[in-house]
Amino acid sequence: MIEVQHLCKTFYVARRGAGFGQALHSLFHKDYEEIRALDDVSFSIQEGEMVGYIGPNGAGKSSTIKILSGILVPDGGSCIINGRVPWQDRISHVREIGVVFGQRTQLWWDVPVMDSYELLRDIYGVPEAIYQENLEELTDLLNLSELLKTPVRQLSLGQRMRCEIAASLLHNPRILFLDEPTIGLDAVSKLAVRKFILRRNQLHHTTVILTTHDMQDIEALTKRIILIGKGKILLDGTLDDIPGSHGNMEQAMADLYRNYGI
Amino acid sequence: MGGLRLYKRYFLIQVKSAMQYKTSFLLTTIGQFLTSFNVFLGIYFMFQRFHAVEGFTYSEVLLCFSITLMEFSLAEAFFRGFDTFSGIISNGEFDRIMVRPRNEILQVLGSRIELTRIGRFLQAAVLFVYGIMKSHVLWSWDKAVTVLFMLIGGTAVFSGLFLIYAAICFFTLEGLEFMNILTDGAREYGKYPISIYGKRVLQFCTFVIPYALIQYYPICYILEKNSSWWYPFLPLLAILFLIPCLCLWKFGVHHYKSTGSY
Repeated sequence: MIEVQHLCKTFYVARRGAGFGQALHSLFHKDYEEIRALDDVSFSIQEGEMVGYIGPNGAGKSSTIKILSGILVPDGGSCIINGRVPWQDRISHVREIGVVFGQRTQLWWDVPVMDSYELLRDIYGVPEAIYQENLEELTDLLNLSELLKTPVRQLSLGQRMRCEIAASLLHNPRILFLDEPTIGLDAVSKLAVRKFILRRNQLHHTTVILTTHDMQDIEALTKRIILIGKGKILLDGTLDDIPGSHGNMEQAMADLYRNYGI
Repeated sequence: MGGLRLYKRYFLIQVKSAMQYKTSFLLTTIGQFLTSFNVFLGIYFMFQRFHAVEGFTYSEVLLCFSITLMEFSLAEAFFRGFDTFSGIISNGEFDRIMVRPRNEILQVLGSRIELTRIGRFLQAAVLFVYGIMKSHVLWSWDKAVTVLFMLIGGTAVFSGLFLIYAAICFFTLEGLEFMNILTDGAREYGKYPISIYGKRVLQFCTFVIPYALIQYYPICYILEKNSSWWYPFLPLLAILFLIPCLCLWKFGVHHYKSTGSY
């Protein structure tokens, strides 16, 4: 279903010191640092799988998600999702995926949530009957009925996140990319979101790829984890492959990162 | 659902958003109206002293200016999304656009519909009518069609310039102020028939950026300074300018780097 081979992506980042003199200097001469965000990344994911994609900050997680969702074009390697290359067949590819960026909103800020949903229905061309059915199910499971008439800017983070997740599922995507979906949520919201993702996977067989720093997300949701560090895949297995994973997860992860030197 | 209907939905959601801030909306609209009214006063007072510029009388210049302003306002009303495009890139909104199954240009257009531009548009419309009434032109159907062609071609050329401006943002991640010479500047210079700026400028505006095709040549036809049968069709030729603009845009999208983490 998702077939990724030898993916590479390099960014050139301009570097300069602080201070006015340095700023002036960089106006005429820029030093570029090469950052290999992805360095020969390969993996494959089956339909209906839930995968935790983890790694420290700056490991290349977001780049991978952006390439898989057709936003970025990689420098090398191949990626086939449902028989398509995301960045070449962008429009038909994104019809079948849902993406939640935890730190960014996809809802229209000043209008009630419902208006955003209706615009999304039109963007994806979801037939009215299917839309109503999905909306009912999502409203019910995520407990949204109170929120739909509120402008997005007046929602709390947890409320907004539930609305975001519903927004990315209105068109019945086969694959769901979740980029830190529980960031900044309180305990109740976290549990609700986790429970919902799990149900969605069981009921609709949706493939879920989840990046997170919250180890409890991983424990609760995924059997399989892929660990990435400095642009390379370091581990592709289950939670049991991580030494000490039955004790304190945070500690086990910190030890793991240290062992790999990332 | 067709692109036009979706654009209408975007438009409605923008109206709803704008209505959230009523005072700001009203004041900006009035401000826009007054700004370009100044320009009109500028021409008016100058012609109190001088009665002709390079063989063009006040009423002829007024006609020229009013048509150019109308073209610019039409392009601006629809294509304004591109003017704030550096913002769309730097706040990550473009990532969102890429994961939706619609043409990118349509979505950018839909994301920023500047309703306050109605002020400038109204002003252009008033001046357009005034300019046509004031001009001592004997109107015939072929001249009317020429004006129509000018509006179509002119809107295309200005839209193309907005598109180039946006495409450059893919590489610089920042808007380039010098592009305003070509957009806002063209509107200012467009007050007068291009020929008054000299032969070199006229050549540049004929073969490089086709301002003269949408302004000088057809105006000459309308004012009976040159009655070659093909002059009225030159504005339509200017539409071809959109092709290189679209190519540059496509090239930019392919090299889109996204922002934030990697």
